[in-house]
Order: sequence, then structure tokens, then C-alpha cells
Amino acid sequence: MANELAQGVLLGCYYALIACGLSFMFGVLRIINLAHGSIAVLAAYVVWVIAEHWNVSPFLALGAVVPVMTAAGWLLQRTVLERSLRSGALTPLLSTFGLAIVIDNLLFSKFGADTRSMAPNIGDLAFASWNLPGGVTIGQLALLTAVVAVTLLGGLQLFLARTPLGRAIRATAEDPDTAELVGIDSRKVYAAATAISMVTVAIAGTFLALRATFDPYAGSTQLIFAFEAIVIGGTGSLWGTLIGGIALGVAQNLGSQINPQGFLITGHLVFFAVLAARFFIAGRSPRSMVRALLRTSP
Amino acid sequence: MSLLAVEQLDARHGQLQAVRDVSFAIEEGEILALIGANGAGKTTLLRAVAGAHRIAAGRILFDGGDVSSARANRRVGLGITLVPEGRRLFAGMTVEENLLVGAASGRRGRWNVDAVLEAFPMLRPLVKRRAGDLSGGQQQATAIGRSLMSNPRVLLVDEVSLGLSPVAVEQVYESLQAVIASGATIVLVEQDLGRALRVATRVACMLEGRIVLEARATEVTREEVTEAYFGLKRPRRSGTP
Amino acid sequence: MTQAQPIVVQRWNVLSIAAVTSLVALLVVLAFGPSYLGPNLTDRLTTLFIYVILAAMWNALAGYAGLVSVGQQAFFGLGAYAAIRLSHAGLNVYLALVLAPLLVGAASFPLSALALRLRGGEFAIGMWVFAELAHLLVNLDGLVQGETGTSLIALSALAPDVRRACNYWIALALMAVLVGLVFVLLRTRTGAAIQAIRDDEDAAASVGVRVFATKRLIFVLAAAGCAAAGSLTLSTLITFQPKTYFSVQWTAYMIFMTLVGGLGTFEGPIIGAVIFFAIETIFGGSGVWYLVGLGATALLFSLFLPRGIWGTLTDRFGIHLMPVGYRLRFRSGGPR
Repeated sequence: MANELAQGVLLGCYYALIACGLSFMFGVLRIINLAHGSIAVLAAYVVWVIAEHWNVSPFLALGAVVPVMTAAGWLLQRTVLERSLRSGALTPLLSTFGLAIVIDNLLFSKFGADTRSMAPNIGDLAFASWNLPGGVTIGQLALLTAVVAVTLLGGLQLFLARTPLGRAIRATAEDPDTAELVGIDSRKVYAAATAISMVTVAIAGTFLALRATFDPYAGSTQLIFAFEAIVIGGTGSLWGTLIGGIALGVAQNLGSQINPQGFLITGHLVFFAVLAARFFIAGRSPRSMVRALLRTSP
Repeated sequence: MSLLAVEQLDARHGQLQAVRDVSFAIEEGEILALIGANGAGKTTLLRAVAGAHRIAAGRILFDGGDVSSARANRRVGLGITLVPEGRRLFAGMTVEENLLVGAASGRRGRWNVDAVLEAFPMLRPLVKRRAGDLSGGQQQATAIGRSLMSNPRVLLVDEVSLGLSPVAVEQVYESLQAVIASGATIVLVEQDLGRALRVATRVACMLEGRIVLEARATEVTREEVTEAYFGLKRPRRSGTP
Repeated sequence: MTQAQPIVVQRWNVLSIAAVTSLVALLVVLAFGPSYLGPNLTDRLTTLFIYVILAAMWNALAGYAGLVSVGQQAFFGLGAYAAIRLSHAGLNVYLALVLAPLLVGAASFPLSALALRLRGGEFAIGMWVFAELAHLLVNLDGLVQGETGTSLIALSALAPDVRRACNYWIALALMAVLVGLVFVLLRTRTGAAIQAIRDDEDAAASVGVRVFATKRLIFVLAAAGCAAAGSLTLSTLITFQPKTYFSVQWTAYMIFMTLVGGLGTFEGPIIGAVIFFAIETIFGGSGVWYLVGLGATALLFSLFLPRGIWGTLTDRFGIHLMPVGYRLRFRSGGPR
């Protein structure tokens, strides 16, 4: 039992990693990027190609991919998202969905249906683990993922709280019109937020490739897990996403003990249960909670 | 050359014409009080000058340059800042953070957080407080302070006394005196005629989108202003340079 | 004061009368389809009818209720699943195919209590999660045997000609009914309510529009409609593999059809379905480049031509074929 919990927590940290980019964009731009998962898978493929072709460690490859993703995020915002936002509330959903389909199928055309993994590229790290008392096994890679997730979340939180750009992002998220009136260029802010989100997606995609297998159509599953983590954890700061991710991971792991299908089913059921509880008990919408995401006061 | 000049400005709310053929100019160091009944077009005019409202016709000249098509944040960078109606603070951020955000345009000058707290001493104990938790008067002070942080050359202030208790209004105007004393150029929208005349160097009265009276504060009587406010007499414009 | 009203509210004009008449005539002609259309064409038209249903339903949800759902494949799959189950239980196969969507529609009623509290992107993905969950739960059914799937055995018992003709008629009938329902809805007070909600939900609520009830009506209709499309697809494919029916690709098709045709218009989805059908016929409907093209087209339309082909035409030339709106005519010869 203790081991299942531990595995669930570690898995949950990965979910928080992939979720933080999505919640960041949702909190700042008020849109859910339906291409989020697909972009993570795209990043995974790019890192994989670089690692394989130049025979370097995936972490090094990731380092090369980060600036590319930053630029891609900026480009995405200025071309697709900015136009979409102006057209109304529905359009970003439709355009990002179209984008997801394009990305998924382009990946399929280039790489085929084979599942891939980058586990072979990191040697022992993929399966080395520590055995703790109580039958708990902690995988080294899983722990690394968790550490990266927590560090990233903490870093983002600090960035939002302490830096001028972070403040500008929070102000624009709260009231874009007034933000313009105090001298903030909301377009630049949105582009920066998207770029930051893309960097976290690149990191998440890399860890996805390291810890599991991926294929061109893996994006939708990642998007769903990320979204579930955000909704379950919802309240307070970005740390809520961490809690949500962990709750999801634990629920899934416990569910898999009942039935092999139980892994996914339990996760979805917990998601709906939390959603229902939120509305019928607390009466708050996920969106108001995600807005609270960017508050730094405790 | 005037610091800020507005030429034949037209602005609309949908089909409704809110500002009609408005022209005025303001020199450095002047305090222009803009008065008029609700719906006269004062807020729309101010927002148009700040870049928050699209203009249908006319020009806005700042320091000789045409800023009519510049975005609001760019105008702040040039030195035109608006303290919006209703304060519009970032409620989720602290007072200090609101002030810091006001410096986003990067303009340097005599105004920084310390200077603002000097001018608005009531804010000193509140710096770490969430802006949404403040009283009306405190919020107004923060809003003005936030705008000052951009070191504007022209400060546009919209309805300072709206929704505030008389005591709060008194406090805000006291602090505003400090701002004025520092040589600021201000366009002030104010409902309270008495205050407006006391504080301003020039007065302009708007009625149904037009300026119907414009004069030096010392050259005009309260009666004349009241008449213009209610549209009781024919408009008169003074020959200001 | 007895004074002649200077403004007349007009619902029909010459163009719309002509349009509706031709549409009815077309339906009658189509009804005799299997007698003069070859087997291939009969099958293809059946597929077209299914596409029209899908497009009309998604348009009702997104274009009229403002709800973008990326999970309608849930109802598509559940419709087919319900038909399988009903037929397995001994019900006449075509009765099962028609009853299934009704059951799914009824089941969506309680779901709406939760789903409709979500807005925007949350609703979109929330429905997707529901689709995934439905897929997983259906897989657990012993009859379905996971991804292996099963088939509508009762249909294979019929002679191909009979089956083909019956599929065609059922599809035609369901399409006419569902599209007709949307038409009727739009012409009643609900229609005005729908348009009001789409334009400004809060303002609509403030003038007494029952926002939640109206949205729920559309939600249930769309659920039943997509379920009908699912059961009809089952009738043409006969096999039921959950992965096919619960695939998000169906939503991709729906989005493509509605965006290209014209979101929020009545005629738009029909036109979009025809276009999609044509593209699929020409390009084969398979292969990744086809899907890339669909996705890219949807993306480009959403950015540059958000009103779709019909919507843009309507805006530009003011043509309205179907009488679902109101026109104000000024008697004294003022502007039309």
C-alpha cells in the first residue's frame, strides 16, 4: 500500500509538470490550449531526434530545444492565439483544436505509428531505484521528475511574485485594459506567458519520453491528465496544481490495484467527483479557482 | 507649443456620439478642471486622450507629435497617464505591487514608491495589504500613486471623488496638492464645482459632448459655470493662447 | 390612438418560401432514392445524411448555445453501444437503432446538471474526459470484449439490398426529423432565446430568458442527435469497435463541417457537411495528409473566416434562405 502511494505521488509530480504550462496559459490568457498535449509530444520527438542523431544525453538535447520552444511559443501567441482571442471566446478552442490535429498527424506522417521511448538514452537512470523500508521503491528517474516539477513550480511562483515581468503578467491576467493604462504592453505579456508555458511543455515532454513510451497520438491523453490535475487541485497558488497532480496520480495507482482498466477509470471518476463536489458544495467554478492561481498572498 | 492639444475630436459609443468636435490645449504646469453632468462626455474624452477609447475623427497632439493612433501603453511611455474612473486597481495584488506595476513603462523621474508614500502618508501602513481590501479613499490614493509611478508629464484624473466620503475626498485632495505643488500638469474631471474652481488654473465645461465654456479659473464666476453646466446660456470661450 | 403600424414583422419572404418548398421537394425525391440510385450511391448518400446530422448537432451546441464540446464522440459511441445492447436483448434491430438515441438523450439529461455548469474550455475538455470515461466503461462490458468489439449480428441476417434501403430511409428520416427539430426550435420563442444567449448570456438572463433550461434542451438534443449518428453509422458498418466510435476524430469532422459551412447559421452545417462529404469522396477519407488538411482548414477558417462560407455570404449579401429569423419591413417605403 505504501508503495502504491509513493508511486502515485511520484506520478502525480509528473502530472503537475505537464499541467503547469496549461494552467499558466489558462490563468493569464483565459484560454485552454487544446494543442497543449500535442506540443508536449512534439517536443518529445524533437528532443528524441536530437538525442539519437547526435548521440547526446536527452538533457543536453532539452537544453537546445528550450530556446526553440521559447521562440515557438512567442510565434504561436502572435500568429494563432492573438487573432483567436480577438475573435471571441470560442475561437481559441477551435483554432487550438485544429492545431492539435495538424501536429498529431504531421508527427504521424514523419515518424509513423511506432511507440518510442528515450529510456535507452539515459542508461541506468531509467530503472535504477532505491529500496526504502516498508516495501517502497523509489525510482531515480521518477524522483528526478518530481524534483524538477517542484523546482519549476516554485520557480514560476517566485517569478510571478517578485519580478517586474511576473507582476505585469499578473496584472494583465487580472485586468488587461487597466494594465495597458499603466503602461504594460499586453501583447508582449501574452507572448511572454505563452513562451514560458512552452518551455515548461518542452521539459514535460522530455520527461514523458524518458519515463514512458510515446507515439504521435499521445497528446490527447497528456492534455486530459493535465486538465484533470488542474481541476482537482484548483485552489490557491500554482501549488494547487501540484496537489491536484498528486491526487490524480494516487487515485490512478490505487485504482489500478482493483482492475487494470481501473487506472484510467479511477482518475476520470475522481475528476468528476471533485467537479461535482465543487459545484454542489462550494459553488465555485474551476475558472475562478485558476484565477486564484496567480495570487501570491497565502 | 502646447504640451497637450486636442483638435476637433469626435468619439462614439456605438452609434451614440459622446464627444463632438472638441478642441482644447493645455500648457505645462496648468491644471485644467473638466466639469459637466453625467453623460456629458468627460470620461470618454479623457479615455480617448489616454488611448483607451477609439477616436472617430480629430487629432491628439502631445509635445508636438501626433499620438492619435498610439496604443494606451505607448502613450504612458510618452508621458500621458490616466487614473481611470472607479480606480481599477489590481485587487489581487498588494498596494506595493500596484505601485510597482505602475512603473512598467520604465519612465524615470521624481516619483518612486518612497515619493508616493510621502505624498500619500495614509498608504504607508498599507503597503503589504491586498488592494481589494482597502477602503474607497485608500484605493483612490493607491490609484493616483500608481499613475504617478510612470512619471507622467500629463496626468489625467477621472472622477476622484466618486463614491468617497467627504473625509476621504478631503484627504485625497490634500495629497493632490502635493502633486500639484511639484509642478505637474493635470486634467481633472470633477463633479464638485467648488473644489474644481479652487484647485484649477483653467476650467472647461462639457455639455452633450461639446465644450461650452472654457476660461481661466480666476476669470469666471461660479454662476457662469453653473449656467454652462446646465446649458442655460449660450456657450462662451475665452481667448486662451 | 388608431394609427397604422409603420413596421411589419415578417418571417417569410419570396426567397425563403422558395427555399423551403424546394427543400421539401428534395426530401420527397430523396425518399424514393433506393429505387433509382444504384447501391453505391445509396450507401454514399446514407453517409451524407449522417454527416448532416453531426454537423447540425454540433452547430446547435456551439453556434447556438455557445458550447464548444470536444467530446460529442461520447454520445456517438454510446448511441452505437445502446443499439448493440438493445438488439442483443432481443429488440427488433431497426427499432433498436431508433430507440438507442432516445435512451442516450434521456441519459444526457442528468449529465447536463454537471456539464452545463462548466464554461468555455472547461466544458470542452470536460466533455472529452466524459468521452474517455464512456469509452473505458463500454470496454468493460463482456459483450463488447474490450477493443475486439462485436457486431450488430441481427443486421447481417438481412439481405444486403433490404438492409441498404432500410439504412437509407432511417438515416433520411432521422436527418429530416433532427434538422426539422432545429428549424422548429429556432422559429419558436426558444429560438429567440437561443440567439439571445449566444449574443450575450447575462443580458439574456436579465430579460427573463431561462438560460439553463434552454442550454439543457440543446445539450440533450445534441446528445440524442450524435447518438443517432452513431447508431446509423453502426447500421452501415455493422461492426462495433469502441476505438472507432469513441474517437475524437468525429469531433474533428464536426468542427470542420461547421466551421467551413458557417457556425451559428442554419444552412451552414448542411453546406459544410456536403463539402466534407465531397472532400472525403475525392481524397479517400484516410491517410494522415487528409487529416492534416482537415485540421489546417479548420484552423485557418477559425482565424480568417470565422463565419464560414455561408456565414460570410449571409453577412455580405444579406441572403437568408431559411425563415429562421425576423425581418422588419418599413411600410412607408423606408429601408428594408
